[in-house]
Amino acid sequence: MTQQPLLTLQNVGKVFGSVTVINDVTVSVYPGQVQVLLGENGAGKSTLIKMMAGVYQPDSGHIVVDGNTVTLPNTRAAEALGIATIHQELNLVPSMSIAENVMLGRMPTKHGLVDRRALRQQARAALALIGLDIDVDALVGDLGIARQQLVEIAKALSINARILILDEPTAALTRHETENLFAVMADLRQRGVGMLFISHHLDEIAEVGDTVTVLRDGEFIGEVPASTSEDELVKLMVGRGIEDQFPRVSENLSQAVEVLTVENLTSTGLFSNISFTVKAGEVLGIAGLVGAGRTELIRAIAGADRYTSGTVAVRGQNLPKGDIKAAIAAGIGHVPEDRKGQGLVLDASVNNNLGYATLASTAKLGLVDFAGQRRRATEVAKRLRIRMHTIDQPIGALSGGNQQKAVFGRWIIAASTVLLLDEPTRGVDVGAKVEIYELMNTITAAGGAILMVSSELPEILGMSDRILVMRDGRLAGELSSAEATQDAVMTLAARDVDEKHEQR
Amino acid sequence: MSTTTLPTRRRGVDYKKFLANNGALVGLVVLCLALFIATPDFLTGPNLLNIGIQVSTVAVLAFGMTFVIVAGGIDLSVGSVAALSAMSSGWMFASAGLPGWLALVGGLVVGALAGAINGLANAYGKLPSFIATLAMLSVARGLTLVISDGRPIKTAPEVSFLGGNLGPVPMPIVILVIAALAASFLLNRTVIGRSMYAVGGNAEAARLSGLPVKRILVTVFALAGLFAALAGLLLAGRLDSAQPQAAAGYELDAIAAVVIGGASLSGGLGRISGTLVGALVLVVIRNGLNLLNVTSFWQQVVIGLVIALAVGIDVLRRKTRNS
Repeated sequence: MTQQPLLTLQNVGKVFGSVTVINDVTVSVYPGQVQVLLGENGAGKSTLIKMMAGVYQPDSGHIVVDGNTVTLPNTRAAEALGIATIHQELNLVPSMSIAENVMLGRMPTKHGLVDRRALRQQARAALALIGLDIDVDALVGDLGIARQQLVEIAKALSINARILILDEPTAALTRHETENLFAVMADLRQRGVGMLFISHHLDEIAEVGDTVTVLRDGEFIGEVPASTSEDELVKLMVGRGIEDQFPRVSENLSQAVEVLTVENLTSTGLFSNISFTVKAGEVLGIAGLVGAGRTELIRAIAGADRYTSGTVAVRGQNLPKGDIKAAIAAGIGHVPEDRKGQGLVLDASVNNNLGYATLASTAKLGLVDFAGQRRRATEVAKRLRIRMHTIDQPIGALSGGNQQKAVFGRWIIAASTVLLLDEPTRGVDVGAKVEIYELMNTITAAGGAILMVSSELPEILGMSDRILVMRDGRLAGELSSAEATQDAVMTLAARDVDEKHEQR
Repeated sequence: MSTTTLPTRRRGVDYKKFLANNGALVGLVVLCLALFIATPDFLTGPNLLNIGIQVSTVAVLAFGMTFVIVAGGIDLSVGSVAALSAMSSGWMFASAGLPGWLALVGGLVVGALAGAINGLANAYGKLPSFIATLAMLSVARGLTLVISDGRPIKTAPEVSFLGGNLGPVPMPIVILVIAALAASFLLNRTVIGRSMYAVGGNAEAARLSGLPVKRILVTVFALAGLFAALAGLLLAGRLDSAQPQAAAGYELDAIAAVVIGGASLSGGLGRISGTLVGALVLVVIRNGLNLLNVTSFWQQVVIGLVIALAVGIDVLRRKTRNS
């Protein structure tokens, strides 16, 4: 390439203790281009972007900005050179207005007091950079994730950022919101902003990227054009071919009994009149936009929230409302949407986390069955191939995929036969995803029933035997796996969606 | 799996880890050595027994506090609840004419009840534990004054026995040991104890795993109240009377002991052994400063600095371990 890169990490390396996390990697960001950084969790992506942002300093190699070798001792130095990072966890203050957030740290003042008029004006100018026209006095906390992200991008641009690092910006966005973001990115590209883009969604790479840098275990594997096929990208990333991204093995359901029966389930304001059944050996997928009421539905079935009316039955036995313990006793296992916030006690050991659901049921006279709990946890960890140093390691130190396997493992130990999965592979890398899918196969092969909510359409299409689509708290339709396509699902999910809905 | 399948650990090498995890204990040992060198009065039988008696109240209060802090809460009311329990016990004996042993048990029940109310307000009333127990701090102290009319009440001989001696050993020390073993057993071996760690670490994850989080919280605060009552009765036993202003401000000592002992105020971490060491650190410092004739005014300054130092070191240690 003849153009001079805005930023280059030249043969950089990073060592933590005795572990080499980055070894001799080179990556450049060019003006008006989107450089994609691809790799599994733990491949070293975040270490690299932290080097660009001045959080970490490389132990070898150097950083070149505009042709000059520089050091970035802290984030301030990186910002001064026009490097801005949009993190997954947004750095906004929810209780302050959009204008205040955009101008945070550089509020215009008059006589030592905040100059409200100038504040609004400058914030509006910043938002105009990405074509966002919203009320700058609204609180950031009232915005959806997608808009918060745009506010953060506007903030970065208004501090003259020329290099934007986007760390999994689409992870929490709906398809429609993602398209909005991509439109903004295309616009920024026109204006010569260089971008570094990280995503676990392979299909987004060709859509938004120019060049892909692939990392594996901290090593530079190759640089390929973004038009490279997904299979090829996976192979580069994982180091082996994954024959089948969605290895669903469907059971013969003609003789299967109904295990989970939901009738007219209604929770005022969240969802209404939902009825369906799941058979033993079946995976029933629930598709829909964020806010359609899918998570709320699953939580109600799990007993995590109370509902207004209707019934939930497992093998013909009605479950009491809002009673998690009864649901678990009936065989329900709930893998919640937010693994870190709802699934795991991060500081506690893998052993403890695997055992919470069976802590009381296996106890004798109120005393914990330590030996048994440990034995069961060890067995399951081995069976699910949870990769860890020891079972007494804090679970927070494990990769996302292994953490998720542990949440599954908890219900396998509890001998659950009805699994409610809410975004089961969110933040899980490709290799571990396939392992989770295979685990789902094992569960259904043993007669388990699975209800799965997912925002990843390929996953819903690839792993479900039958698909329900929810829209605005209602069932919009049902599709068999044969008739389900992305278009068919989206048509049902997004009909009549207006801006009001988008803003949530 | 039995112990035979465990790999033989190189025990000699683990001392570094042991030191890293027991900073408060190391501090205590250093402190004792320093005092041993500084004054001949420190390492004497009577002084050590005195330390034992002093530490018993603080530590028993702090054991109860450990449950609460492990479960992710805080209990500001333990000092007041201790006073209320002792005063109620005295009233049951002196005014209501109950048998001494019943008055003693009654005092413990009052403490557990006050604690349970904290727990109910926190778990079901959705009050943050800081607020719920701040309210109880005031209510319990007020009730203590109402019952006693602001005057000390003589306690039952059974209560005084708690302040007496068992052979050569002061009863408070015996109680301390029993309370420590019981608290440690509860926290480490029982379902409710292990659940406390889960609730403190991530209450929502614990709930979704089927743990009865609200009931656990009520139990936790009731236990804190029970241990507070025991501490209050120990104090009363030593004076043969319940004092209206007894244990005022002790909640801060209890919190300090738990925190010096390595517990995290954000919940999910903490051990009874650590809390005991934390209580010893506080008491030994006070004792040493007394022996060295430092005024109580300066003692407060020193204690404050020690708390800041202990927690500061702990935070630093965790930070370096995580990166």
